[in-house]
Amino acid sequence: MVPEHTGSRATRIVGLLTLIGLVSVLVLGLVVTAPDEIQGDAARLIYVHVPVAIVMNVGFFVTALGSAMWLWKKSRWWDTIAVASAEIGVVFTALALATGMVWGRPTWGVYWTWDARLTSTALLLLLYLGYLVVRRLPSDAEVRNRRSAFVALLAFVDVPIVYYSVSWWRSLHQTATLSINTHIHGLMLFTLMLSMVVFLLAYAWMLTHRFRLAWLEEETESQGLEVAISERRAEAGVS
Amino acid sequence: MFHDAVVIAGKDLRLEWRSRVTTNQIAPFALLVLILFAFALDPDRGILTRATAGLFWVAVLFSGLLALQRTFAVEAADGNRDGLRLSGLDPAGIFLGKAGAIALELLVLEVVLGAGVIVMYGSTFRSWLLLVVTCVVATTGVAAAGSLYGVLAAGLRVRETLLPLLLLPILAPVLLGATRSFEAALAGVPSDGWPWVELLAAFAAIYVTFGVLAFGSLLEES
Amino acid sequence: MTDAGYVIAGYSIVFGSLTLYVVRMLLRGRSLSKQVPPEDRRWM
Repeated sequence: MVPEHTGSRATRIVGLLTLIGLVSVLVLGLVVTAPDEIQGDAARLIYVHVPVAIVMNVGFFVTALGSAMWLWKKSRWWDTIAVASAEIGVVFTALALATGMVWGRPTWGVYWTWDARLTSTALLLLLYLGYLVVRRLPSDAEVRNRRSAFVALLAFVDVPIVYYSVSWWRSLHQTATLSINTHIHGLMLFTLMLSMVVFLLAYAWMLTHRFRLAWLEEETESQGLEVAISERRAEAGVS
Repeated sequence: MFHDAVVIAGKDLRLEWRSRVTTNQIAPFALLVLILFAFALDPDRGILTRATAGLFWVAVLFSGLLALQRTFAVEAADGNRDGLRLSGLDPAGIFLGKAGAIALELLVLEVVLGAGVIVMYGSTFRSWLLLVVTCVVATTGVAAAGSLYGVLAAGLRVRETLLPLLLLPILAPVLLGATRSFEAALAGVPSDGWPWVELLAAFAAIYVTFGVLAFGSLLEES
Repeated sequence: MTDAGYVIAGYSIVFGSLTLYVVRMLLRGRSLSKQVPPEDRRWM
């Protein structure tokens, strides 16, 4: 009766809604909405780039929150939320960078500029990766959780500093920033909002599954340890 | 807390003084970095002069990494960590002591690098007050963040590669602020530099606070 | 469509990567689920 996978009724419902939402966004974004007056069809990338960036930030926040809560309550649930969100966050950070570059090239002629957003995003990716590296270091669970919790919090505190300092720095040079065309309205605005909601829904769905997966991973690790210990005992002739 | 800090700082600094690693190895390394930059950036094309502020601080960061690696390697050896934990010293004090000692070593390195930059890159520094304050504030931030990650990575076999990966992204704003401030000092327009000093001060305050609160917890693992 | 290549590239990267990631995650979830008895799966 117990499902042999990480799904549940809740995830099926949310998953279905997400899929419907994604299809709607695709149709609206690629076909139904009009191209931008200035940027042409390249502006359609806004419907993926912005939501992806939002999820990246939400994921990072959840990781920091999970870390702080774990440090406070020491509950496994919070730690698992933190690590699940971190991995999803890395994926979305990489996607934010990729879509940012793909969007920048046709509109501003360059794949990269050192504006506050792109620079902070690049650093955020590195900070996340550092977190994941620390997670994978072999050690006792409590030690690992504590180390990674601090890494997450130190990183979380740093990102606004990075953003603020880079944006101030670039403003001194008055270079063009990759800003979003603010004249968005009507159907385009609706599509953007819809896309944000849909991607956040997708994040929630992915987080649920990733959380369960992480939980299972820990269970199998400790299982594996128990098996190894009892095997050693058997070998040594101790029952 | 402060008394414990002085005890720890004193111990670390005495260790450095006796072993002379900072003077015999890290300082030459710092100067070597300056020389390599000159090779890479062709002094005749003026890039070196324009980039001096940034190169100075990059050299500081790299040398700082070495100093941090060293101070925590010393701790990892011979169960010093357990000794520290059991010593009854206030962990916040241990943090301040370690960070303080690192900061002092870095300041010495910055003087050496400053001399190097004046001699080798032909820089003329004006606005000495801005320079000194920048150095102090930036170094505090580097030492605080570095000590936090240092203790986290201490005792790990992958420490040498992990510490830079964790620490350098965090220090990016320090590099940014310190460089902009130095550029203002080199150009003789200190008013441009002081706002960056405020940023550096905020960074330092945040990471020192973090360290005081978190160091004990991080020290506890084995 | 102007800049069609970029638009398609952007959308494909997003949907493609996410699909790959999700598939990998779900498959791994299945294989681990088999190993863990139901009592230990007390998430939430």
